[in-house]
Amino acid sequence: MIELTAKQAADALEAGEFSSRELFDAYRERAAADELNAYVWLAEEAPEGDGVPLGVKDLFCTEGVPSQSGSRILEGYRPPYTASVVERIGAPLLGKTNQDEFAMGSSNENSAYGPVLNPWDRARVPGGSSGGSAAAVAAGIAPWALGTDTGGSIRQPAALCGIVGLKPTYGAVSRYGMIAFASSLDQAGPLTRDVTDAALLFSKMVGRDERDSTSLEFPEPVRLPSAERLDGIRLGVPGELTGAGIEPGVLDSFNATLKLAEELGASIETCSLPHAPHALSAYYVIAPAEASSNLARYDGVRYGLRRNGERGLVAMYTETRHDGFGPEVKRRILIGTYALSSGYYEAYYGRAQQVRTKIAEDFSSVFENFDFIVTPTAPTVAFELGSKTGDPLAMYLNDYCTVPMSLAGTPAISIPSGLSEGLPVGFQLAGPAFSENRILDAAHALEQAIGFDSGRARS
Amino acid sequence: MIDREQVLHVARLARLQLNDQEVETMAGELSKVLEWIEKIEELDLEGVPPTSHVVDVANALRPDVPGPCLPREVALAAAPERTEDGFLVPSPQAV
Repeated sequence: MIELTAKQAADALEAGEFSSRELFDAYRERAAADELNAYVWLAEEAPEGDGVPLGVKDLFCTEGVPSQSGSRILEGYRPPYTASVVERIGAPLLGKTNQDEFAMGSSNENSAYGPVLNPWDRARVPGGSSGGSAAAVAAGIAPWALGTDTGGSIRQPAALCGIVGLKPTYGAVSRYGMIAFASSLDQAGPLTRDVTDAALLFSKMVGRDERDSTSLEFPEPVRLPSAERLDGIRLGVPGELTGAGIEPGVLDSFNATLKLAEELGASIETCSLPHAPHALSAYYVIAPAEASSNLARYDGVRYGLRRNGERGLVAMYTETRHDGFGPEVKRRILIGTYALSSGYYEAYYGRAQQVRTKIAEDFSSVFENFDFIVTPTAPTVAFELGSKTGDPLAMYLNDYCTVPMSLAGTPAISIPSGLSEGLPVGFQLAGPAFSENRILDAAHALEQAIGFDSGRARS
Repeated sequence: MIDREQVLHVARLARLQLNDQEVETMAGELSKVLEWIEKIEELDLEGVPPTSHVVDVANALRPDVPGPCLPREVALAAAPERTEDGFLVPSPQAV
């Protein structure tokens, strides 16, 4: 059962080969023996309802089930309602997966509930912030899982764990019930064993939700991918994201994949995203600014942690927040508050929003001549635990190739393209807004040609 | 560069208490991050409109019809401290 993809398991359920209960119990048993710290909460028994069980990132609200966004400040919080997207999927909830606190991080080391280990090498990180979801799917302790991506938090851990991760077009999926990090960037998406599973899960997620005023109706039905060829497809390789800063082994795998794409009929040419080198700088103004505002709600009044309620209201706020937030969250709250403070707003936030316009224009002009933009997903393979925790800037560079799409709001997928030093490498394919069907088709054709074997991570 | 006083000022705005060690560390780290963020000053952005949101929607209106909302008991259930019918907070006057 465990070796089946989610789609194969769904078909087997349909055919009556085994029951939802049996499938759930098989995964439940493996998850209970999890040594990766991928889960922060595990269902005790199979819930009502049929389907392929789902791992859900901690930051999705699930009624009556702990939803802590990896933070001490929400320890023990059990929301009174369930996120729209979790409701829509309607799958039996297997467990809540570990993550960087409030989705801020690229290694899962910022979780208040301890780091997650990479199933390919337990001395290494799984990536982040959806590290628990990625590790659980890679290790075969979840058939599929839900994550969120603000600057790369689905795609980068998918790359580092050798699985598939899709960041949808901004607005394609409702954010209602997601514990917010940066609202103009946050999107929920699937982490799965293959591209077909990503399409199947995504098809259950999309659509307008009146409880999220930024959500939109997906313009066409989401199809399961079938393409085997890439004839006539024009791939653009942006020089800015495929040169300096990318590890040689990652570039080798990327270039080998380009060669396969050519053999499948695609044409490959260099393109330019001239403002991409400034994307991370703009992102680290915009995301912390929005975060500093979103995280103002954690004040010890309505839910979660409260400290020193007897020393007055302001002391209660400041001490609760001191004890409840971890170092990276504090750092981003301070950066965001600084960037929005009187006298600095125009120089930081205002300018970052202008850079965002230029980046979106870069993407639009490339898509006039190309079907997709392709890059490595992350500049390196999975790195060792603790190796970047002392240097915030080194950690931020993990998102170098994924942040531009986040700022532009365009969809992108990461698929495994091979191994470097025995560790998975991710290949990123990005398209115009609402081109998910075409992205999934192209990724499917590449996936067949690559023939990546993920079996080792499940053993 | 951002110094200790600025860190403390911003922390006050954010209602975030920091101990001495944290103030020290944050001053160093934030300076590095800000210096790197300031690379966007290199760009000529004269006349470029800002993008706050990538989705092209103007007003999101809904019919002005009352709908269900969380019952008071449910909304109060997770409160660290409460009264019969509200959230309980320390006095703003206390020292």
